[in-house]
Amino acid sequence: MSPILEVKDLTHIYSAGTPFEHTALEGVSFSVERGEFIGIIGHTGSGKSTLIQHLNGLLKPTSGQILLDGKDIWENKQATRQARFRVGLVFQYPEYQLFDETVYKDIAFGPKNMGLSKEEIDNRVREAAGFVGISQEQLQVSPFDLSGGQKRRVAIAGVIAMEPEVLILDEPTAGLDPAGRNEILENIEAYRKAKNATVMMVSHSMNDVARLTDRLIVMNGAHLVMDGTPQEVFSRAQELLEMGLDIPEVTQVFLNLQRMGLDVPTVYTMEQAISALKGGIIGA
Amino acid sequence: MLKDITLGQYFPGTSVVHRLDPRTKLLFLIVYIVALFLAVGPIAYAVMLGLLITFIAVSRIPAKAFVRGLKPLVFILVFTGLLNLFFTQSGKVLVSFWIITITLDGLLRAVFMVVRILMLVTGTTLLTYTTSPIALTDGLESLLNPLKKIKVPVHELAMMMCIALRFIPTLIEETDKIMSAQKARGADFETGKLLQRVKALVPILVPLFISSFRRADELATAMECRCYHGGEGRTKMKLLRYHRRDFEAFALAALMLAGMIVLNIFGL
Repeated sequence: MSPILEVKDLTHIYSAGTPFEHTALEGVSFSVERGEFIGIIGHTGSGKSTLIQHLNGLLKPTSGQILLDGKDIWENKQATRQARFRVGLVFQYPEYQLFDETVYKDIAFGPKNMGLSKEEIDNRVREAAGFVGISQEQLQVSPFDLSGGQKRRVAIAGVIAMEPEVLILDEPTAGLDPAGRNEILENIEAYRKAKNATVMMVSHSMNDVARLTDRLIVMNGAHLVMDGTPQEVFSRAQELLEMGLDIPEVTQVFLNLQRMGLDVPTVYTMEQAISALKGGIIGA
Repeated sequence: MLKDITLGQYFPGTSVVHRLDPRTKLLFLIVYIVALFLAVGPIAYAVMLGLLITFIAVSRIPAKAFVRGLKPLVFILVFTGLLNLFFTQSGKVLVSFWIITITLDGLLRAVFMVVRILMLVTGTTLLTYTTSPIALTDGLESLLNPLKKIKVPVHELAMMMCIALRFIPTLIEETDKIMSAQKARGADFETGKLLQRVKALVPILVPLFISSFRRADELATAMECRCYHGGEGRTKMKLLRYHRRDFEAFALAALMLAGMIVLNIFGL
């Protein structure tokens, strides 16, 4: 099957031709298959946010192409508008974009802009609210009366309600407590499974990306520097640390064990660690 | 698009214009504006324009930056120009057809008006480009100090101005972010009838207001935590002091004003 998203030699320069000129992305290329869960990691200012804003046509490439289903999203106005709906983008701290009187109306904003029928909008809103665990009663209250975590989930529901084939989230768990973080991550995974959607998630939590994603893209200084499975990427731990990035805590522990001369594999999730240790004990 | 707003922008530098006392620059600007309104003839305009260009050259700020600041004014400039061109009916007639009569007086007045506005704005922009917001408010506070005698809250006004200037870029960034977020949900700000476009602003304005209030609240708390209690008894780390260059600037200002008065009397 052909990839759903293709990024070809993408370069973006901010304020080109002024003293403030700044290259945020240079020669970035990769493609995304349907149903993948991709983690995007990188230092602050490495170009992650600029990259994801290209994928739904919010930013126009200085050079290069973004292909959605093989079609350039900048081909015409129609294609760009379609990209906005088919590629859903949840910004950092999305709760600050809530504006309507009720949770229901706020979630309905996206579907309404798509020009759907009233029944369809109603279906979508209720389904999206279900994905993020917002109850039917809560749909009728003002979004400003909810707690921080609930607001965040309403904002995510606002994007999910458009049923995007690709859901992109910029640090969806930033500033939440552990329970809130897990809840949101589970919501995202539930949506991906139910709709066979592609998910791309920018995150600084290596533990989260190691546990959830099946592919990692590493950005550094406007370039894409690594692209592979978490296993491949985290086995290059030294390079990641040099870029100022973290590695999962459990990987750190196992690397230290290796340094101490123990014969253990490089792992990156708790499950792998447990099975490796069990195997080791049985083997010994 | 929003990045083009140059109000309150500051280009750090070390030129003489940058190093002048902010009070000097403020007073100089006022004198410059008065002198500009005294200018009546082409010679006076040429002198004022020459001075302005010299100041810009000395400040070493790229001319491009000034052109960018003038972009939002194009409409006002064109409007003023056309108004003066068509509604001045005295003097020698240059063109006359249908109901339109263009006279030499009208043409001259239109040109002078547009040039005057351009110079006004560019001069003011030069002040904000070369003076940091803090220095500017410091200078303003110091200049307005005598008003404290008649119970004008000078310090508070200066602090308000300082905060406002400080938050312009922050608010622009915030607006940009909210616009992007709503665009990602399919909001459309560029097409549709006037009423639709006004309605389309609601999803931007509501979050912007809410976050402004939140910011104001946080800032007030942070200021109280640092024991801010208004201007009473507050001392300054950097005291403003006039230097030789400031007196030179005052001399230049006086000369400029005198020159303009003389030119005005002779109608040049």
